[in-house]
Amino acid sequence: MRYSSALALLGSLCACVVLAPRGSLAQNDPVYVVKDGRVDQKTFNGYRRYGESCHRCHGPDGAGSSYAPDLTESLKSMTHDQFAEVVINGRTNVTQSQNNVMPAFGTTEDVVLYLDDIYGYLKARSDGKLGRGRPKRIGEDD
Amino acid sequence: MSLKKSTLLGCTILLGVAAIGLSQPASANDELLKLQGDANQWVMPTGNYANHRYSTLDQITAANASKLHPVWSFSTGVLRGHEGNPLIVGNVMYVNTPFPNNVFALDLNDNGKIIWKYEPRQDPSVIAVMCCDTVNRGVAYGDGKIILNQADATVVALDAKTGKELWHVKNGDPKKGETMTMAPMIVKDKVYVGISGGEFGVQGRLTAYNLKDGSVAWNARSVGPDDQLLVDPNKTTNMGKPIGANSSLSTWEGDQWKTGGGTTWGWYSYDPATNLIYYGTGNPSTWNPVQRPGDNKWSMTIFARDADTGMAKWVYQMTPHDEWDYDGVNEMILADIDVKGKPVKALVHFDRNGFGYTLNRETGELLVAEKFDPAVNWASHVDMQTGRPQVVPQYSTGHNGEDKNSRNICPAALGSKDQQPAAFSPRTKMFYVPTNHVCMDYEPFKVSYTAGQPYVGATLSMYPPKGDNNLGNFIAWDAGTGKIAWSLPETFSVWSGALATAGDVVFYGTLDGYLKAVDAKTGKELYKYKTPSGIIGNVNTYTHNGKQYIAVYSGVGGWAGIGMAAGLTNDTDGLGAVGAYKQLSNYTQLGGVLTVFGLD
Repeated sequence: MRYSSALALLGSLCACVVLAPRGSLAQNDPVYVVKDGRVDQKTFNGYRRYGESCHRCHGPDGAGSSYAPDLTESLKSMTHDQFAEVVINGRTNVTQSQNNVMPAFGTTEDVVLYLDDIYGYLKARSDGKLGRGRPKRIGEDD
Repeated sequence: MSLKKSTLLGCTILLGVAAIGLSQPASANDELLKLQGDANQWVMPTGNYANHRYSTLDQITAANASKLHPVWSFSTGVLRGHEGNPLIVGNVMYVNTPFPNNVFALDLNDNGKIIWKYEPRQDPSVIAVMCCDTVNRGVAYGDGKIILNQADATVVALDAKTGKELWHVKNGDPKKGETMTMAPMIVKDKVYVGISGGEFGVQGRLTAYNLKDGSVAWNARSVGPDDQLLVDPNKTTNMGKPIGANSSLSTWEGDQWKTGGGTTWGWYSYDPATNLIYYGTGNPSTWNPVQRPGDNKWSMTIFARDADTGMAKWVYQMTPHDEWDYDGVNEMILADIDVKGKPVKALVHFDRNGFGYTLNRETGELLVAEKFDPAVNWASHVDMQTGRPQVVPQYSTGHNGEDKNSRNICPAALGSKDQQPAAFSPRTKMFYVPTNHVCMDYEPFKVSYTAGQPYVGATLSMYPPKGDNNLGNFIAWDAGTGKIAWSLPETFSVWSGALATAGDVVFYGTLDGYLKAVDAKTGKELYKYKTPSGIIGNVNTYTHNGKQYIAVYSGVGGWAGIGMAAGLTNDTDGLGAVGAYKQLSNYTQLGGVLTVFGLD
């Protein structure tokens, strides 16, 4: 996907937040595929993009850090739309006691293009279908 | 426009003046050279210019340390990771916090009453581009000023007596991922500061500002063309030989140096005898080595620069073409020790890459390079002729290639030791080193650079070395021979700066929150106390009314707080393995507190 289509996707996601509570995932697309402990390419890509853009705050394997939430917990109650909204627009919680800022990734190709992959990876973790560490891809050599 | 909001209490100005009570010599250098030798105070972040973190105070000894107890404490009001330590100048203690980078002047003559508070106003969006928590490693004192490096890369000079802002200057652009976490160093009439942002493709640099007004004296890049590096191709040496023209450019492909990293966020030191300042540079960006062929000079390098002109006298690159994120920023300790039987004016450095280096600090000659954690496996040894580490192909993430998972590399990216500074005792001639004992899997992949966005390019999983349960050790190191004298296993990485004293007691903190005192000769534990949160701060000491005190920040966070809050990944590959990893979050929670200990 080119960047222009990423922006289109961004537009559609933003619109979805308001207009279509079901989100941008097609009805029948699985959010992730985990087979015998191995993952499909999309889920693996989600793991990788997580490492690039999310790990440094949310910790290894989505498990949270001393200051950023455990996403495997967050996704138990957060919908795909809510997830997309926060990733794209960011979140600022700066008060007398809190100094937490999630950046807006809405114009970051590495995140926006693969938002569903990242969501799928974290959802697999959240659902308890995927353990910690680097997942093996389906068909990958041991 | 003023960035500050200071609390100025008229009645406390006089108190502050009286409390500091020092004559003001003509140059900050004279003043600091004198003050650094006064063990009653702790006037620079590193204790002294040589980064010894050693005090001649000897009231607290191996015999009475068990009677230590907390005597007062102070909440900073900020939750996230508290690195560094307070300064003690006269009867005033200067405490600073992570973002929002508040500074407090506390009156030790009045039970720690707040003389003034400085509260910067910063755009909180900078929080999102700080690599590893919003830490700040301390303020510097000189010429009646307190210098603060804010997260948003603003350097601010405050009047030490009143907290009033005297000048401020922008040292970087957070929109490009340029931030500041390091503690400034003041020498003579200049203040030296670095920059953070190696994970955002920042071009690293050291900048000297004139202490008087914040104007730039000089600026020296870590990577790039010769005129930006402040080097003399014919006189600046590497392993005893001139570096030659284009020493950095020739080790990068095309323009990659422009986003090449080599940031400068560690502790600096200064030797008045050589008039050289010493510091290390960080990782080359990105973490994906395949994308940036070449040695990537001068990332991962020890620099010795003239304090007045900035001209580099010598350089030594520890990890050419980094493949593991082994930043070279850790402190340079300047110690006069015997190396293999001969007295040497040495520079001792414990690198992230797991090697303890001893060099001649006048010439840059490499004397010792030995592993300070036996688990280190990425290189078999350092070739003493070329200075190059001999990389083991199995652990070379560049050799194994993009999209290949290189497994069981020791140490992990956080290094056998991160920035948490070691201490040196001239009495025992030993170095006391807080270390990490963690290994990793590392898989590089292709990324593109976008200003202000993460530029990482690798995934990693971290876990303890095979067969071991402890994630850290606190060790005593003989830098003359390159050998461990004793080693204390710790449940978690030791992420606290050490303190050695003439009472032959060594202090450090642990991630689960203990302040510990151990015997400098044997490592025997003498005292421990669980502070309110995990300790990533550095222990220091001072006297007040003739009594010796020990001070330390608690407040868990930093990279340690990211990597270990949820526990490390278990070293069993099975999916769904929830395994035997240790969660730091089961031991401690956030919260910044200064705790001061004393004897009755």
